[in-house]
Amino acid sequence: MSRALTEPAPGTSQLAERDLERLLLIRHFETALLRLFAEGKLNGTTHTCLGQEYIPVALNALLRVDDFVLSNHRGHGHYLARFADPEGLLAEIMGREGAVCSGVGGSQHIYREGYLSTGVQGQNVPVGVGVALRLRQLGSGQLAAVFIGDGTWGEGAVYEALNLAQLWQVPLLLIVENNHIAQSTPLDAHMAGDIAGRARAFGVRYHRVAGIDINRIRVELAEVVAGVRRTPAPAVVEFDTVRIGAHSKGDDTRDAETVAAARARDWYTHYERAFPARFALADAAARRFVAELVVRVERRPPVGRRP
Amino acid sequence: MTGPAERVVENLNRGLHELFAVDERVYLLGEDIADPYGGAFKVSRGLSTRFPDRVLTTPISEGAIVGVAGGLALCGQRPVVEIMFGDFITLCFDQLYNFASKSVAMYGRRVEMSLVVRCPVGGNRGYGPTHSQHPQKHFIGIPHLNLFELSPFHDSSVLLNRMLDLGEPAILFEDKILYGQRMHVGGRIDELVGFDFLDPRRDHARAFLFDQDECDCLVIAPGGLAERVLAAMRELFLAEELVCQLVVPAQLYPFDIEPLLPLLTRAGRVCVVEEGVAGGTWGAEVAASVHERLWGQLRAPVLRLNSVGAVIPAAPELERATLVQKSTVYNAIRDACRA
Repeated sequence: MSRALTEPAPGTSQLAERDLERLLLIRHFETALLRLFAEGKLNGTTHTCLGQEYIPVALNALLRVDDFVLSNHRGHGHYLARFADPEGLLAEIMGREGAVCSGVGGSQHIYREGYLSTGVQGQNVPVGVGVALRLRQLGSGQLAAVFIGDGTWGEGAVYEALNLAQLWQVPLLLIVENNHIAQSTPLDAHMAGDIAGRARAFGVRYHRVAGIDINRIRVELAEVVAGVRRTPAPAVVEFDTVRIGAHSKGDDTRDAETVAAARARDWYTHYERAFPARFALADAAARRFVAELVVRVERRPPVGRRP
Repeated sequence: MTGPAERVVENLNRGLHELFAVDERVYLLGEDIADPYGGAFKVSRGLSTRFPDRVLTTPISEGAIVGVAGGLALCGQRPVVEIMFGDFITLCFDQLYNFASKSVAMYGRRVEMSLVVRCPVGGNRGYGPTHSQHPQKHFIGIPHLNLFELSPFHDSSVLLNRMLDLGEPAILFEDKILYGQRMHVGGRIDELVGFDFLDPRRDHARAFLFDQDECDCLVIAPGGLAERVLAAMRELFLAEELVCQLVVPAQLYPFDIEPLLPLLTRAGRVCVVEEGVAGGTWGAEVAASVHERLWGQLRAPVLRLNSVGAVIPAAPELERATLVQKSTVYNAIRDACRA
């Protein structure tokens, strides 16, 4: 490998091939979804995680295969980081044969062993406490990882659940993807105080991640995640992140300056600058892979009637 | 017989103890359920002492408790949740409507969700507007959400096992007025009234007057109303020579009308009684089924009895006048049959 391909830019560490591939897969998978919607080939709705892909990819290396992940409406990245199954997910979203949930769940309701997503805000946190309670009793070091956003903190269920998690000392990793916007409502219009203060109020361990460097995030969080398993006890990990796309398909009401600021923090641009040659190769490969995937899944017949 | 039959609260408590003793997957979650308190109505008495790891007394967080139960069910466990007053089940609606019942089917394959929510409901105890209601109607018609009601005819141990074996969430409505009453056992209630079951699953209990073959009015009512209807039945017979039969189903929804059809065709009138107020109710649902199945064979439309459509007052006289009582049933059936 040439020097240009291995040398990272200052401040950005080299990425494992697998991580880069997974990041780009999620990015191009969701970009393809938006294109399919624009072409009128997709039905219903979707919520992309453009800009946030690095979070589940970073975390996945810290999770065990027998951990239980509870995702939300913006969950494609969570799923693709955990399972090498873009085909099953795309078929689910397109309502084609081979759909991971037979076309019933669609984008927001995905289930397979050790993974579940639901479409109602805050609902997955108490469910996660229930799962974590069981895992605690098994004493196996497994944990329940629950993904929520900054907007989810508007729901009372989150507070009830966090209280229970700390009272009962269950291995719950509450991952907050704080993208500073709840659909169209900015953080300063929907949240009084902050997330750190909320965790502190319950005496729950809290850690904030500001960067996008996957390797550093893993180093930063290794002890937090290990603590959740070992103690066991809940922890809140807040990612200060950006949503560079719309909430759903084309409903971004932010001004150009705000969107530009978000885009300036995109991991994609950073990694592209850090190791351009290697990035370009992987990027082209991911685009090609997704384009072929779309063609393949599109050719399939619609999901059959359920028995 | 060795003394009087168990009280309903004792039967329910024993049912829970038996369930815990034989099945390690069973949990109980709820507010103030730990000993020595044993729950607001003492249904949970003794359980936390015997099974401390699986009986979890919780903060005042109904929504989260049912969410936790959903998580346990997802892991193959069999949680039972006690909601202190059934009125508070509104706080659990999202978890029941959008999570527990949906999860059974929304992932394109069957996901087993064994989960029971127990709800003390009903009035005539003076608890006032927000601690006396029958919220059943708000949960009717939700796919994969099964509704049951406690009764003095149905053994709780059998009932709880049946509910947990569904692999789908279920709500058990427990009319508070029942707790202190005696169970009916052995097919005989008193010298005038006996009972049997209409189906092999023993879902529909039927109370009847001994030695009376005809039936002027067939009454369908959930468990909480059994004693009020039985009292009206006796009086209608003794004072008016009207013969009634009473059917008490354990499962309210989905409702199995098949075992009732022979009785319904023979009855002079059909009457559905429930304590909740009218408007999109279980009783309306049952009446609609009867009309659909027996249109042309009925002598008159199904008579539907509900409490007055008003907030339930706390003062005893006012409360009594608002809720369905023995006299409500007596007067309505007498008038309908004499019309």
